[in-house]
Amino acid sequence: MAVGYLSLLVLLPLAALLSNAFTGGLATFWREITEPESLASLQLSLLMAAAVVAANAFTGLLVAFVLVRDEFPGKGILNAIIDLPLALPTVVAGLTLLSLYGPESPIGLNIAFSRWAILVALAFVTLPFSVRAVQPVLAALDPAEEETAASLGAGPLAIFRRVLLPKLVPAILAGAGLGFARALGEYGSVVLISGNLPFRTELASVRIYGLVESYDLPAAAAVSLVLLVIALVVLLGLAWLRHRIQPLRGVLA
Amino acid sequence: MSGVVVEGISKRFGSRGVLDRVSLEVPKGKLFVLLGPSGGGKSTLLRVIAGLERPDAGSIRIDGIDVTQVPARSRDIGFCFQHYAPFRHLSVFENVAFGLRLRRLPSEKIKRQVGELLDLVRLDGEAGSFPSQLSGGQLQRMALARALAVRPRVLLLDEPFGALDATVRKELRAWLRNLHERVGITTILVTHDQDEALEVADRLAVMDQGRLAQEGTPAEIYDHPANEFVFRFLGPATRFRGAWVRPHDLELRLQAGPGSVEAAVVRVIDLGFEIRVELSRADEPSFWVQLARSALPGLGLREGQVVWVSSMAATPEPVTRPQDRRAAVVS
Amino acid sequence: MSRISLRALAIGYVAVLVAAPAGAILWRALSSGLGPAWAALTSPLALHALGLTLLAVAIAVPVNAAFGLVIAILISRHPSWLTRALGAVVDLPLAFSPVVVGLVILLAYGQSGLVGSWLVQHGIQLVFAWPGIVIACAFVSLPYVAREVLPVLEEVGVDQEEAAATLGASGWSIFWRVTLPSVRVGLAYGVSLTTARVLGEIGAVTVVSGDIVGHTQPMTLLIQDQYQNFQHVAAYAGAVLLALLCLVVFAGLSLVRRGAHAR
Repeated sequence: MAVGYLSLLVLLPLAALLSNAFTGGLATFWREITEPESLASLQLSLLMAAAVVAANAFTGLLVAFVLVRDEFPGKGILNAIIDLPLALPTVVAGLTLLSLYGPESPIGLNIAFSRWAILVALAFVTLPFSVRAVQPVLAALDPAEEETAASLGAGPLAIFRRVLLPKLVPAILAGAGLGFARALGEYGSVVLISGNLPFRTELASVRIYGLVESYDLPAAAAVSLVLLVIALVVLLGLAWLRHRIQPLRGVLA
Repeated sequence: MSGVVVEGISKRFGSRGVLDRVSLEVPKGKLFVLLGPSGGGKSTLLRVIAGLERPDAGSIRIDGIDVTQVPARSRDIGFCFQHYAPFRHLSVFENVAFGLRLRRLPSEKIKRQVGELLDLVRLDGEAGSFPSQLSGGQLQRMALARALAVRPRVLLLDEPFGALDATVRKELRAWLRNLHERVGITTILVTHDQDEALEVADRLAVMDQGRLAQEGTPAEIYDHPANEFVFRFLGPATRFRGAWVRPHDLELRLQAGPGSVEAAVVRVIDLGFEIRVELSRADEPSFWVQLARSALPGLGLREGQVVWVSSMAATPEPVTRPQDRRAAVVS
Repeated sequence: MSRISLRALAIGYVAVLVAAPAGAILWRALSSGLGPAWAALTSPLALHALGLTLLAVAIAVPVNAAFGLVIAILISRHPSWLTRALGAVVDLPLAFSPVVVGLVILLAYGQSGLVGSWLVQHGIQLVFAWPGIVIACAFVSLPYVAREVLPVLEEVGVDQEEAAATLGASGWSIFWRVTLPSVRVGLAYGVSLTTARVLGEIGAVTVVSGDIVGHTQPMTLLIQDQYQNFQHVAAYAGAVLLALLCLVVFAGLSLVRRGAHAR
């Protein structure tokens, strides 16, 4: 029964994607994905996702560190706010950022219709992934190892680099994988704030929607397939990397 | 009249053999202990008896009924786990009442029976508490009450005190023995602790590497071990003149005597309840003698002192009898 | 780096990125007063949109919760190549851009689609109608329950279930009385994530619904529409409502967590 549900829901549409992407044959497929506007959108999505994930590795670690190892009034509120992007509908997220950092910004900071807007929106929606991936691992660490290192003469930076970081790498990779997949395909939060200017701020997800609207389904399918494959490759690659460091149970992420 | 009869049980996990044609008989109403080192297969055997594992070959009979193909829930057994397996989302009362609620007993009856059981295991004040609030010892007592609630034919205990610290373990051991006297259910207990085995068992089976090494009463096995493994596992052992003997069967004197040999004192270790004297002889590994505390002042031992040691063991060497795996059982 | 500066950096980052914008949107929604905001939310268009959103939640969440549970139990308690493959398929939606989700559903169940043509022949319209929206929401929210329940199942282990078996419980009894309660926190979190995702899904829904005003517009599409038509107060009001719905869901989650912790 479970197999039936999954087949109808996931596998059948997936098959439809593959068949549609290649209806015109391999040559047409290639032409469609290398069409200038589509190609540009793919490159932009890839670039933005990679940039955000790289930045998140640091900011996620920083926030997780402060949440786990620091004590201050209001820490609980900080902890709760981290989950907000997960709970918030993406279009609401976009509007939220627009209201403060857009054309009607009360503080006069307008980054709408720019690549910065995309980065901020993506950072917003992927924040929980990078923090929550690292937080539990950090919280479960045995201080004994760090104390031993300290007693052997290691300073805080060395302890961080040699004792903590190696243990956190699998978690950082996990958060990065989820964040990347999310950022790569993000639509709701960026569609309003980015302006969707072709070749400048048009992401692949928006481009695909445009192709669907003009009923060019094979082209939409082709670009979609590329996006999907990239996401899968990155997810599987990171999962494999983590498996080498530390065996896990989940398959993709 | 038999309680549990195990006949020819074999089991492999993948390519690893865990049980090899094990057969034994547990008399009805007795407390039977499966003793052996970790990984020896005794827990697996217990789980096969419970129905939590299926054997590759062999049969299990409980009170005369062949239960080999019967699933665990219909075997009428009670099982206690090393880590208690409490239902964490239920109170102590509901934990114990679990089996009774399954059988749809009326509320009043459940209340009464659970109350009696909690009294029996001395948890009557904890009925409303939750597992997270109990100590290890309390949790295991709760687990016992839970298992007994459904009036099983056989009670199976898998290293029940293994996760507890030494003092609690000793207390619960004695308490379990008492409980068994009162309740009288056929009980099989698995442990790797030989003190525990010797203290509580009516009958004992020693297992190693999936095979039965010896079966009998604690005294039988201690005094007449079937082979070197059993001898060394059951109690303290030391090598004297090429043979394994019990350190308390060696006698230490200040002068030569019949059958005694010379040895030099290496160390005297005072353990409070016993004194160990480590000794050495030329060309032989060091061995030790166990003395009662009262014997020490009279001897006035010093390091390097020469003394005389003889063996008082009835048979100076443990006898390796032609091995018949199953000792004859008179029920 | 000193403790204080690290703390300031972290708080500052989160404040600028999340907290401040959240505050701003609330302010905007109420900037013209409560009246206009309320009027916008109770217009027939808005109420229809809300109804559609809640319908999607009512169908997609229980279905995904049930299958998520089943799949997690299969993977954890009956591991095999098949269950691992099932696990991979369940994780698959994570790699999909929402727009792509809408597209593949369109391709499979639309008029010219693999199954769609058969459906149209029998008068069943899935895409450009509410069923398509529900299917899209189910697709994107598929992984959450399974992924949250699986590690809890692994951690709790089989001991309790075996104990229940020895006490006489049948398979169904064990599931209902032992397994389910033991994973309830993970399940609640998974259901919360699923619900939040369904409430907020826009990308897939945009493609699959045809965005027909008054017919196939859930809340998310309505908000987008209103903003693009410069009905800012209405858009912000709708956004705040959706956000509040999500927060209510997560508040419920906290209650379940706290109840479980008391034990």
